[in-house]
Amino acid sequence: MTLPTVPSVPSVPSTAAGIAAGVRGGELRAADVVEHHLAAIAAREPEIHAFNLVMADQARAAAAAIDARVAAGEDVGPLAGVPVALKDNMCTQGVPTTCSSRILDGWRPPYDATVVSRLAGAGAVVIGKTNLDEFAMGSSTENSGFGPTRNPHDTTRVPGGSSGGSAAAVAAGFSPVSLGSDTGGSIRQPAALCGVVGVKPTYGYVSRYGLIAFASSLDQIGPFATTVHDAALVLDAIGGHDPHDSTSIPEPHSPLVDVLDRGVEGLRVGRITDLPEGADPDVAERLEAAFDALRDAGATVVDVQVPAFGYALTAYYLIAPAEASSNLARFDGVRFGLRVDAPDTNSMYSATRAAGFGAEVKRRIMLGTYALSAGYYDAYYGRALKVRRLIHDDFARAYMHADVLLTPTSPTVAFPFGAKGDNPLAMYLCDLYTIPTNLAGHPGMSVPFGTGADGLPVGVQVLAGTLDEATMFRVGAALERAALGPKGAA
Amino acid sequence: MDVSDRISTADVVKVAKLARLDLTSQEIETMTVQLDGMLEHFADMDALDLSHVASMTQPYPLRNVLRDDVVQPSLDRDEVLAVAPRVEDGRFHVPPIIGLDS
Amino acid sequence: MSDPQDHLLPGGWELVVGLEVHVELATATKLFSASPNRFGDEPNTNIDPVTLGLPGALPVLNRHAVELAMRIGAALNCTIQACTFHRKNYFYPDMPKAYQISQYDQPLNVDGYLDLPDGFRVGIERAHLEEDTGKSTHVGGSGGRIHGSDYSLIDFNRAGVPLVEIVSRPDIRTSEQARDYVSELRAILVAIGASDAKMEEGSMRCDANVSVHEPGTPFGTRCEIKNVNSVRSLGRAIEYEARRQIAMIEAGEVVRQETRHWDENDGRTHTLRTKEDADDYRYFLEPDLVPLEPSPQWIAEVRESLPLLPSQRRARLAELTGQPATSEAIAVVVERGQDQYVEAVGHVGGDIGRALVHVKEAYAEQGPEPAVPATDLALLTKLEVQGKLTATQAKAVLAELVANGGGDAEAIAQAKGFEAMDTSALEALVDQAIAAQPDAWAKYCAGEGKAMGALVGAVMKASQGKADGKLVTALLEQKKG
Ligand SMILES: [Mg+2]
Ligand SMILES: [Zn+2]
Repeated sequence: MTLPTVPSVPSVPSTAAGIAAGVRGGELRAADVVEHHLAAIAAREPEIHAFNLVMADQARAAAAAIDARVAAGEDVGPLAGVPVALKDNMCTQGVPTTCSSRILDGWRPPYDATVVSRLAGAGAVVIGKTNLDEFAMGSSTENSGFGPTRNPHDTTRVPGGSSGGSAAAVAAGFSPVSLGSDTGGSIRQPAALCGVVGVKPTYGYVSRYGLIAFASSLDQIGPFATTVHDAALVLDAIGGHDPHDSTSIPEPHSPLVDVLDRGVEGLRVGRITDLPEGADPDVAERLEAAFDALRDAGATVVDVQVPAFGYALTAYYLIAPAEASSNLARFDGVRFGLRVDAPDTNSMYSATRAAGFGAEVKRRIMLGTYALSAGYYDAYYGRALKVRRLIHDDFARAYMHADVLLTPTSPTVAFPFGAKGDNPLAMYLCDLYTIPTNLAGHPGMSVPFGTGADGLPVGVQVLAGTLDEATMFRVGAALERAALGPKGAA
Repeated sequence: MDVSDRISTADVVKVAKLARLDLTSQEIETMTVQLDGMLEHFADMDALDLSHVASMTQPYPLRNVLRDDVVQPSLDRDEVLAVAPRVEDGRFHVPPIIGLDS
Repeated sequence: MSDPQDHLLPGGWELVVGLEVHVELATATKLFSASPNRFGDEPNTNIDPVTLGLPGALPVLNRHAVELAMRIGAALNCTIQACTFHRKNYFYPDMPKAYQISQYDQPLNVDGYLDLPDGFRVGIERAHLEEDTGKSTHVGGSGGRIHGSDYSLIDFNRAGVPLVEIVSRPDIRTSEQARDYVSELRAILVAIGASDAKMEEGSMRCDANVSVHEPGTPFGTRCEIKNVNSVRSLGRAIEYEARRQIAMIEAGEVVRQETRHWDENDGRTHTLRTKEDADDYRYFLEPDLVPLEPSPQWIAEVRESLPLLPSQRRARLAELTGQPATSEAIAVVVERGQDQYVEAVGHVGGDIGRALVHVKEAYAEQGPEPAVPATDLALLTKLEVQGKLTATQAKAVLAELVANGGGDAEAIAQAKGFEAMDTSALEALVDQAIAAQPDAWAKYCAGEGKAMGALVGAVMKASQGKADGKLVTALLEQKKG
């Protein structure tokens, strides 16, 4: 990765782990860490537009408080002084939260999302709210109501999406780690396109309380990081049961940072033989290299089948819009956000929503409303739920033969702005390989594994069964070692 | 399959009304074509025999998630009303409610 | 309905009614969040992110609400079963998320029944959990009505309050049965502590599905009547609606399926909306909640913990007092929850029959735990039974007991100068009365019952109310020979 270096306070480590160790040990001031990152933002943010809001004052105040607590001998937590950028669909008390939509104009939530309080509790410093495809609907961050984010590796290209701002913030060095949300690939795909690590945990692993819902049965929050270790550190801090989320898994998780060095000796890595075609040759070549690297590290590669994989796109684009059409109905101009005045309430609703939502959001609300409406429910939404079961069961069978599965994360490297035109289906195909995991509820991660066309990053996707984050992270760490190691695939 | 067989402009108008979206006639046209394209793609699942497949609505099988009946402090009314589009008398103001079901 | 025809309306029409009753549960907090469930507070003070449907908020089910809903199911003889929650999607300003979380094809309670006091059984189709809406106030225009108002103001305090919707089968055939059903249901809900069930405060709300048909033919098209705010209005609204439908059919018109609004002021129902403009609710399983599967142990515990229901309590009081279970005194006393008290009077040696009458007549302002100690009322009834106080005197003493929250009935009677008049003194007064009114006496002896009043009245007057009316009658009978 060759990015321009930024002027900075000397010796601020590039990883969250390094920063936290320094701040906890008293060798590094959280205040300096924040200034370092604010300087990086000042240098390149105008070009990248990763943020909807840089929270400089709040970050400085939080860092000063951390430093004071360290000076007082307190344990400030595993993310001591670590700047974190938040996708702007996570509620921050008193701080504008927009989902990159005009419809949330002027809204400041009166409460923090659970992940936000957990980050604060772990000593992290929120540095800003990042740009996204409006309401997390998209794969390029071109659908933002506030203009697109640019890929730090090539600013003529998209960062991926919908968590494009969070991926770009980490890739550009604005923040060592960030949070995104992943409904159909919205963490993993931008991670791949921006050359960083991105993780979508098992559904229910991280609380959704305070995450502005896109599709409730698919949404999960997860980290972006430059290293697999940092991703584990952040996930350990934000994961675990939350009584405010009825779908939060009650069982405690064991720390993921502890498993990273265990290697992959004896693990079975599955190759999906009936994987839908569509990956570009450069991407396919990196996937083969990843299989080779894991084989070299002592894993066995086994063939598995997931026959319903190819139907995931259909199931997803019926289920997610259906849930979204209901989740987004609350944006009605009554209690918060935008209102367009009209002579009666019904016209006010329709005018407000027409003015506040962008084209892609409207398209999905329409599709979802249609799929749920009388006369069409059984043919569309109802069938999609059954296809979802098939996909889940196919994966469950595959995991009887393989510990993890490897696929491309994205079929292509980062593409130029406007490349998908206004054909929604072309854009939807970006998530061909990431969507099935959301439907199954399983964890998945994207690990940078060298470069493809035009020297742009390629990510490899590691998938695992329900709550098997530990194995997934072991494999992710092994791929990272291989990519950086002497055999230097990267 | 002809466009009108899968979804018609009239369907789209009806759905837009249900969804409370004031769409222009141009948007209606575009939307009809795009939705039709998607529905055509989604017909791939018609090839599957789903007659004996159970629906899956949630990924993780939890049951009986319950909360104790204990009061927590309410939100501050002024803070909430401060970000509302229009308020009066401690309440949310809306234009006349005409033609809505209760 | 001993005669299968005697409930029919003029023209041979049969009324068919099904009732949907919504009751607010007596919980401390909302159905899906921890802000208070409290009536009458300042607008928008019982609010939280879930109640307001703020972006990112998620529902978590209230265990106590589930328990109360199960109690209702048990009291209505329902099967209590595993269930799920759905979203009912529609836009309305008092519905913050633009969907109501309710139960759809898998409700908590199904297939029960409620027996009316006269023994008529009404089937219960289901009793499911759902959340209440906020409250709209319509400003300007024709005084608080939605039509023609200038704007509306929304208070979300009530939004998210737990409701149970109890849906009866269309078994009701008269407006009186409908009233009895609601009264009995209300008594049950209060008795089991599920709700305060106050129609006037809206914690119990009733919609009626009304149709008419000729017996032996399929049911007619039904109309749903909303905005019925009292048991009395329910009867009036059903009767009006039945007449309206019969008149339409007899005039050769067709009844349209629609929702109608009862207007208390003009005593009519008015079209609210027709079936054609009914919304498409797009029900789907609420993905933010997980299924509810009460364990057999939990269900058994709820069933075992139910208190005696009003019907059982009426039967018990009937047995103790020897009066019919359908008597007004028993109904009133059980409804007020004072039956335990009446029994207690019996336990301390009082006359339970007298106690029932006294409590019914004089304890309207008292709750289930009257201020007058049971022993004090017991003493009063003993004095009556012993003939030491006349009914009139006992009434006066009772008034004193109620006013003072108890006291010694004997001492009060003495202080008032109430003494039992002995029989010889009374006999003298009876003789005086006969002598003074020979005509009346002659008529009385000839068997004209009416004449007795004049004689008894004279005796009572002469005794200044101290005479026991029953004794006077007995003496007159004796003298007639
Ligand atoms: Mg109903
Ligand atoms: Zn209801």
